[in-house]
Amino acid sequence: MTGLFVLAIYLGIFIAAYFIVTKVVQRATMKDYTSLKTVTFGDESAVRPNRWAGIISILTLFLIWGMFTGSSLLPKFLHAPGAYVGTLEFTYTAEADGERDDGTVTVVVFPRETETAAPDVEPGDGFAKNDSSAIAQWRTGLVRVDKNDEITKKDGAKVVAINGQAILPGETVQIENGAVTLSDKGTPNVAPYRGWQMEPLYLPPPEQVWSRTLTVLSDGFRSFTLFEHLGYSLFRVVAGFLLGALVGIPLGYAMGLSNWFRGWFDPIVEFMRPVPPLALIPLVIIWFGIGETGKIILLFLAALWIMAIAARSGVSGVNISKVHAAYSLGASKWQIMRHVIMPNSLPEIFTGARVAMGVCWGTVVAAELVAAEQGAGMMIMVASRFQNTDIVILGIILIGVIGFGIDMLMRWAERLLVPWKGKG
Amino acid sequence: MSGLSLQDISMRFDLPNGGSVQALENVSLDLKPGELMSVLGPSGCGKTTLLNILAGFLAQTSGRLELNDHEITGPDAERGMVFQKGALFEWMSVRDNVGFGPSMKGMPKNDKTEIVNHLLDVVGLQEFKEKAVYELSGGMQQRVALARCLANDPDVILMDEPLGALDALTREKMQSLVLKLWKETGKTIILITHSVEEALLLGERLIVMAPRPGRIHKEYRLPFAELGVGADLREVKKHPDFAVKRDEILNMIWDMEEEIMGRTEEAS
Ligand SMILES: Nc1ncnc2c1ncn2[C@@H]1O[C@H](COP(=O)(O)OP(=O)(O)OP(=O)(O)O)[C@@H](O)[C@H]1O
Ligand SMILES: [Mg+2]
Repeated sequence: MTGLFVLAIYLGIFIAAYFIVTKVVQRATMKDYTSLKTVTFGDESAVRPNRWAGIISILTLFLIWGMFTGSSLLPKFLHAPGAYVGTLEFTYTAEADGERDDGTVTVVVFPRETETAAPDVEPGDGFAKNDSSAIAQWRTGLVRVDKNDEITKKDGAKVVAINGQAILPGETVQIENGAVTLSDKGTPNVAPYRGWQMEPLYLPPPEQVWSRTLTVLSDGFRSFTLFEHLGYSLFRVVAGFLLGALVGIPLGYAMGLSNWFRGWFDPIVEFMRPVPPLALIPLVIIWFGIGETGKIILLFLAALWIMAIAARSGVSGVNISKVHAAYSLGASKWQIMRHVIMPNSLPEIFTGARVAMGVCWGTVVAAELVAAEQGAGMMIMVASRFQNTDIVILGIILIGVIGFGIDMLMRWAERLLVPWKGKG
Repeated sequence: MSGLSLQDISMRFDLPNGGSVQALENVSLDLKPGELMSVLGPSGCGKTTLLNILAGFLAQTSGRLELNDHEITGPDAERGMVFQKGALFEWMSVRDNVGFGPSMKGMPKNDKTEIVNHLLDVVGLQEFKEKAVYELSGGMQQRVALARCLANDPDVILMDEPLGALDALTREKMQSLVLKLWKETGKTIILITHSVEEALLLGERLIVMAPRPGRIHKEYRLPFAELGVGADLREVKKHPDFAVKRDEILNMIWDMEEEIMGRTEEAS
């Protein structure tokens, strides 16, 4: 339900921002060549990411995050309604031996941080005495109303109405700021109004993640600093990837150049390719334990097949007339390898390397989730065990940012090293 | 005997489905050093196959092939190749492309630079030598390909539709360039083309091939190449004989194409 509401807000901002930015802000500014094209719908080259849309998109995510977590960064009026805090009151009607009597229940709903005891209340008259209870925000609680009554449930007393409204086990009566449901055994279960906001336990507000970031930065997490955790993950990725490339690229070349190698390794490569590296984690742990060796071997295996296939298709992608031309110009086999096949396969290899780095990064996090003493994945795994959702979110953000950074770095290196990509 | 000699060259491709294609049958030919020969023929008559055999990329199924009294068994720097397109090394600059052959031979740097600079002057690309080849136009790229081939100083130059991908004007300029280079360097050149006019202009000798099986159908000796050296090719085309020869050959190829069509229609 809340989900639909969030989606509606998101769509609303999407559409509103579209109209505001395209019809008002950009009207005056677009003046380059593309703006002179009359056919843009269907012309992919005319589609470029709108920078405004990108900025607003990210702000919207934070806005919605803040709205539904009651973030202090946002003015109060933007907050989604929060879960009820305060005091609830309702009356229950007990029936025993054909007699009825009312009692009042006072429920204190306290914020999670400040544990509060149930208040003292006057017992009142009749056989049904007044009760009190304390429930944390977002929680529900059974109130054993008959406990202090003169005639208890054991003696045959039954709750038959809440606030004067008749109720049967399993039914619910709405009260002010909450609802009361009669359990199957006849005990009222109080559910204070939960509001639209997420519980910090499930989703902490942005500022809490930020302050947690600062503490983790200064104090570290589990006897390693934040940078050590990330550094370990990165080191594993780079080591595994480099080993994979070191073996995979020559293997791919050999497969692209020799019948024997192709025949020998094709079944292995084609078999290993569809096996997700994650499926190898248990075996790698059994064989090599949870230390660095196992992780690097896992990442090596993740990168190996991708790099081998990339190098192989790099070789088969060589335009045969280039090879013919080189032979006619007097090149030897080795020279053809060095001056034609290798440079010609570099674009493919870079594409493969980008994929491999992505896969390795994902795999290392997953492997650390399973077993590790340090690393980004281990951080979020341990944090989730201790319900430190803020650290989990911090970890996810960092993993995403680093993965994105790796890809940007690879693209930059690609532009620098293989400027001829796609120009053949 | 020096020069290129083909004796009864035949080529049969065995197809995976058990059948076979007789791409060439008993092609015999002698070319003296410095001769310029163009090859015409309907599509699929085995022109490319013949050139690939001469270059040494394919081994003929029978027949004998000699250049300057030794047998041709594989690709070699003595036989240079110019392709229609896509054979330049786009990871190298124009200069490195042209200097590729000398580099492979391990020629001293100074000698190489001299050759490369000279050839870049000849093809008029001196200013572009630092550029990447993909930054050049199609015509410029073919000039690089020519220069790269010449840098290696081959005895024979084989060209498979070298100007086929160019527009008409660039093509005309390139035809003049080919003639000029032929005259200046005295190379033996075999040039495959689909354009009858180009074949007439760029062939002291012209052979017309016929398909199924691929064979030499007719051979001409023509004056136009000689006339065209250093002259305006459009003037050469006004030569009274030019139109006569052009129509004769066009009709010949037209008839062959008709026959092929007829045969495929019968078969289907
Ligand atoms: N590798 C091959 N395997 C099987 N058949 C082939 C092979 N190469 C060429 N052929 C066949 O040999 C014949 C001659 O082909 P070739 O490419 O030499 O013709 P072409 O004269 O160059 O044609 P085009 O003018 O279209 O370039 C064709 O029938 C072709 O199908
Ligand atoms: Mg051909």
